[in-house]
Amino acid sequence: MQAISAEPLARDTEHRSRADARHDLLFRFLLRFCALLVLGTLLGAALSTLWGGREVLFKDGFHFLFSSDWNPVEDQYGALAPIVGTLVTSLIALVLAVPVAFGVALFLTEIAPNWARGPVSTAIELLAGIPSIIYGMWGLFVFVPFMASIEPWLNDTLGNVPVIGALFQGPPLGLGLLTAGIVLAVMILPFISSVMREVFKTVPARLKESSYALGSTTWEVVWDIVLPYTRSAVIGGIFLGLGRALGETMAVTFVLGNSYNITSSLLMPGTSISSSIANEFNEAVGLHRSALIALGFLLFVVTFIVLLIARLMLRQLARREGR
Amino acid sequence: MSAIYARRRITNGIAMVLSGFATLLGLIFLVWILWITAQNGLSALNLTLFTKITAYADQGGLSNAIVGSLIMDLMALLICAPIGVLAGTYLAEYANSTRLGASIRFLNDILLSAPSIVLGLFVYVIIVLPISDMTHGTISFSGFAGSVALALIGLPVIVRTTDEMLQLVPGTLREAALSLGIPQWKLTVQVLMRAAFSGILTGILLALARLAGETAPLLFTAFGNNFMTMHPLDKMASMPGTIYQYTNDPNPALHAIAWAGALLITLFVLALSLLTRIMFSRKKVSYE
Repeated sequence: MQAISAEPLARDTEHRSRADARHDLLFRFLLRFCALLVLGTLLGAALSTLWGGREVLFKDGFHFLFSSDWNPVEDQYGALAPIVGTLVTSLIALVLAVPVAFGVALFLTEIAPNWARGPVSTAIELLAGIPSIIYGMWGLFVFVPFMASIEPWLNDTLGNVPVIGALFQGPPLGLGLLTAGIVLAVMILPFISSVMREVFKTVPARLKESSYALGSTTWEVVWDIVLPYTRSAVIGGIFLGLGRALGETMAVTFVLGNSYNITSSLLMPGTSISSSIANEFNEAVGLHRSALIALGFLLFVVTFIVLLIARLMLRQLARREGR
Repeated sequence: MSAIYARRRITNGIAMVLSGFATLLGLIFLVWILWITAQNGLSALNLTLFTKITAYADQGGLSNAIVGSLIMDLMALLICAPIGVLAGTYLAEYANSTRLGASIRFLNDILLSAPSIVLGLFVYVIIVLPISDMTHGTISFSGFAGSVALALIGLPVIVRTTDEMLQLVPGTLREAALSLGIPQWKLTVQVLMRAAFSGILTGILLALARLAGETAPLLFTAFGNNFMTMHPLDKMASMPGTIYQYTNDPNPALHAIAWAGALLITLFVLALSLLTRIMFSRKKVSYE
């Protein structure tokens, strides 16, 4: 039999609790460091691209943003064409994707029978899982020929409409801003529709039921009750899609046609910030490379702002929900 | 009166039909893209893809790209999984209601949809360029740089899922453990992380599905290589990178190989995301 004296036990406990406190502090420090790495990534991405683009930004300043002259042979770099291309393709994508995404969300929350909701929404969200390079290949090998076949028809119909007619005139190349915009629309559709679906489900049942009880049709409930209630989050979802569209590279690089001419026609080839970087970076040296990194900085800042707005809008609804 | 009713009913009918069409349109594009990939991919699928390297061009396969992608994806996970899990734990357990925690959570959501090509540029500037300067150009683009770029894609996914999963662990578990006098780090590692293990694992798989299909961040970090290499400081081929390169090539024989690669990578990514979806559906969590 061995007697256990209390004194070493007490010393043991004290020693242990001191060690625990030390480990707790270390652990907490480690965790905080890892969390700060997330901040570091965002900040680092902004600063490093700014640093990498310093040559061209010092040389040209704001002129870099507004000049449309992109000429690696003469070492002249103006970012206007890629900027316009990025904005135009993203805008086309939004114009096409938002109504469709709204339709999908409406169908999945109000119309579809219960057994179909799960599988259909999974299928739509699978679109988001397809790697963007696959969109690019499908776009180039399948969708571009398809567009080339319907563009003469677009020329004859939409091309003759006053005001917007000029947008739809041009040779039926298949490649171009419109094609890229449509491919982007397919890509961002699942992002927008899943946000809309999620927030439509947060509308209190009593609001919808009251409206139904007064004799509203499904459409009136969605348009007059659900949509106003979720407005900020819906806008947030749309901005989230816009953020995706602005930064997307692989899906548009193949189908844009890589041309630095700014034209009034959506059927003409163009370029975008991300596709310029992807196409030219590995052959670029010196100022050219610096100009491409500066484009990356620009893209980062713009998407950051768009995504910031998106998240703030999404948070508004969550706040009201008391979450 | 009946005219108004008729108009309302017709408006409603049109809206319902259009929304059905919208859903159908989305499904058509899904089936169209998958069908084209399956059709072109299956007809080009053969054993050579797995045995020969890309140096043989249209007589070759994708073996070095497959190996390169596996290595880089794995290294990326090794980098981003521990960091992401720890950062997510910090948000859920230590900074849940602090201002720092809220802003990191907010910015992590932004990182989640940040353009991947910019993250590639970031890694190019902070890793590829300095290493190239230090070694006078003998080492520049590398598989290591590629995996860091991919890790940045996966990181926010893991942070977010870990954060959400830990918040689902009931508070009583924390109270019970703490009342027994165990230190907080032990509570976190041995109780909470164990309770949320399947959820955290799902997050890691989700991150893998996300980063395995990425091309843009690899273009100027891993660059690509026509030969087999397993050395992390060599230029390294990747599946998406090789598909990109082959698609840009005018040779139709290379397009066929690219389609086969596209099929493989799509199957891999979709299988992973379906798997995580099934694992997730048992837990209530949002992940867009």
